[in-house]
Amino acid sequence: MIEIKDLHKSYRMGSNSLHVLKGINFSVEDGELVAIMGSSGSGKSTLLNILGMLDGADSGEYNLDGVPIKDLNETKAAQYRNKFLGFIFQSFNLINYKTAAENVALPLYYQKVGRKERQDKSIAYLEKVGLKNWAHHLPSELSGGQKQRVAIARALAAEPKVLLADEPTGALDSKTSYEVMDLIQKINDEGNTILVVTHEPDIAEMCKRIVHLKDGVIVEDKKVEQVRAEQYV
Amino acid sequence: MFNKDRWKEILEVLTSNWFRTLLTAFGVFWGIFILIVLLAAGKGLENGIKQDFGDIATNTMFMWTRRTTKPFEGLPKDRRFNFKIGDVTAIKDNVSHLRFVSPRNQLGGFGGNNNVVRGLNTGAYNVYGDYPEIINQDPMTVTSGRFINHNDIREKRKVAVIGLGVKNELYAKGEKVLGTYIKIQGVNFLVIGTYKKNSSNGNEEGQKEIFVPFTAFSQAFNMGETVGWMAITAQDGYSISVLKNQIIDLMKANHKVHPEDSRAVGHFDLYEQYRRVESLFSGIRWIAIIVGTFVLLSGIIGVSNIMLIVVKERTKEIGIRRALGESPWSIKKQILMESIFLTLISGMTGIIFGALTIYGINALLDSVGPVDMFMNPSVSVNVVAGALSVLMFAGLLAGFLPANSAIKVRPIEALRTE
Repeated sequence: MIEIKDLHKSYRMGSNSLHVLKGINFSVEDGELVAIMGSSGSGKSTLLNILGMLDGADSGEYNLDGVPIKDLNETKAAQYRNKFLGFIFQSFNLINYKTAAENVALPLYYQKVGRKERQDKSIAYLEKVGLKNWAHHLPSELSGGQKQRVAIARALAAEPKVLLADEPTGALDSKTSYEVMDLIQKINDEGNTILVVTHEPDIAEMCKRIVHLKDGVIVEDKKVEQVRAEQYV
Repeated sequence: MFNKDRWKEILEVLTSNWFRTLLTAFGVFWGIFILIVLLAAGKGLENGIKQDFGDIATNTMFMWTRRTTKPFEGLPKDRRFNFKIGDVTAIKDNVSHLRFVSPRNQLGGFGGNNNVVRGLNTGAYNVYGDYPEIINQDPMTVTSGRFINHNDIREKRKVAVIGLGVKNELYAKGEKVLGTYIKIQGVNFLVIGTYKKNSSNGNEEGQKEIFVPFTAFSQAFNMGETVGWMAITAQDGYSISVLKNQIIDLMKANHKVHPEDSRAVGHFDLYEQYRRVESLFSGIRWIAIIVGTFVLLSGIIGVSNIMLIVVKERTKEIGIRRALGESPWSIKKQILMESIFLTLISGMTGIIFGALTIYGINALLDSVGPVDMFMNPSVSVNVVAGALSVLMFAGLLAGFLPANSAIKVRPIEALRTE
C-alpha cells in the first residue's frame, strides 16, 4: 500500500539547514495498523506530512497504492489527498460553523458527489461512529471524544486507501482515548489501512506494528500483539 | 456558480459577523449612492438650464448691422448701413445648408414707451415684422386663431398675432379677442391669433410680443427695403457656427464693408452658447463620475480589507479544507464570489436608495412647483447598468488579493495556525 525508499527531508532555518528525515525506508501492507512513535523532534510528524502530501520530500521515492507521488502541484495534491487519504488530527479540525453531518460530507463534496447521496453517506458514517443522533449538532455542542469520532467519520467518508491519524488521542483523557482507539481498531478490522502517530506507549500497544523513529531514522520496526481497547471502555 | 452549497456557505460566512459585514457593505453602498445622486443632480441642473433654452432652434444665429470701423472703397468709416430685403435672397442663393433665413423688423424694446393702444388700454410691447417661418425658430404655441401665413405677407395684410401677456393687459377677462383691432403706433391691426411661448425665461417678456407680417410692418412703419436683423438657422447636421463666416463675408461684400472690419456686422451665435452650456454639463457629469468613483473605490478597498481579514481568520479552516482535498481554485472561487456577492448586494441597495432619493426629490419638486434651474433629476438605465458592471468588476478586484493570499499559505502551515 505504502512504499517509501530512502526518504530525505531537511528544513532551512535561516543559514543552517535542519536534516529531519535521514533516509527512511518503510512499507505498509494493506490492512495494517501501524503506530509511528518517537520523541518530539524525531521526525514523525514530518513523515506523516509527507505521507499525507501536505509536504514534499527532498529526495527519495514514495509510492501510494502503486501511484508514484512526486512533483505534485497543489491542485493535483488536493485531488490525491481527497481520493487516497483520510486525515484524523489531534485537534479534530472540524469546521465549527458546520454541523457534524456537514463536516462528514465535506470530502464527498470535493469529490462532487450529489447532494442527496452526500447526506445519506454522512449519516451512515455518523451512525457507524455512534453519533447518528448528533448529526445536526455543531462541533461546539459535542464533547472531545465525540468531535474526534466525527473527524473519524469524516476521514472514512471519502473511502480512502489509507487513514492518517496524527496524535488522535493527544487531546483526550484516557477513557475517551480508549474509546477512540476502539473505534480505530474496529475500522482496521474491516480491512482499512491506518497509520497512527503517537508518543503514548499504551496507544501504540493497541496497534499491530510499532515503528520507532529517532533523529530522523527508523531505529525499531516490530510487530506487536495487539491490545484490544475494548476491555478498557 | 449556482451551487446551493456554495451559496449557503457564502451566506454563512457573511452572516457570521453581521455588524462587520454591514459596515463593509455600507462603504460600497455609500459610494454608489453618491455616484447616482450626483449624476442625477447634474442631470437635474442640465434639464433645468436646457428648459430655459426652450424649444428654440439652437442651431441658430442672429445678425444685425453696426457702424463700420474701417474706410473701404472710398467710403468713410463710421458709416451706417442696413440689411436690405435683397440680402435675404442673396444669402439663400449663395450659402447652402441653411434651413431658415428670416428677416425681422422690430418696434419697441426693453423699457420702451407705450406703443399699442386698444380702447382705453395701452401698453409697451415688442412688435415684430416677421415671416411665417419664425415660428420654427422661436417656437410658440398658437392658442387661438392662427399664425401669420404667406398670403398675409403677399397681400401685406395688417394683421397681428398677440401674446397672452398682451391679451391679459389689453382685454378684459373673457372678452372676445379675435377679430378686434389694436392700434400699433397709430396704425390699426386686426388680431387674428394669440400665442403662448414655451420657454420659461420668456415667461414675462416673451408673452408680451406682437407678430405682424413683415411686409405689412415695412409698409405701415415706413421701413422700405430695410431689414433690421435676421435669424438664420442651419439644417440639422450642419453647424451654424461654421456657416456663419460665409454669411457674414457675403454681407460685407454686398455692403462694401472692409473684409477685415469685424465690428460692422454684429451677430449672436446661439449654437455656440448652447455648446458652451453643453460642455459645462459634460464637465459636471465628469466631476460626478470622478467623485462617485473615488467614493466607490474607498468602499471597495474596504471590502478588500475585510475579505483579507476574513481569509486570515479562516486560515485554519482553509487548511482543513485543503487537507480534505478542496482544490486551490475552488477556494479562490469561493472567496471571489463572497467578495462579488457582498459588493453587488450593497451596490444594488445603493442604487435602489439612490433611485428612491431621486424619486423623492422629483415628488417634492412636483409638489412645490418648478424651481429655477433645476428640473427632473434622473439617471439613465445605461448609467445604472454601467454601475452594476463596475460593481461586478470591483467585487472581483476586491476579492482578488484576499483570494490569492488564501491559497498562498501552504496547507501544512495553515493547519498549524490557531
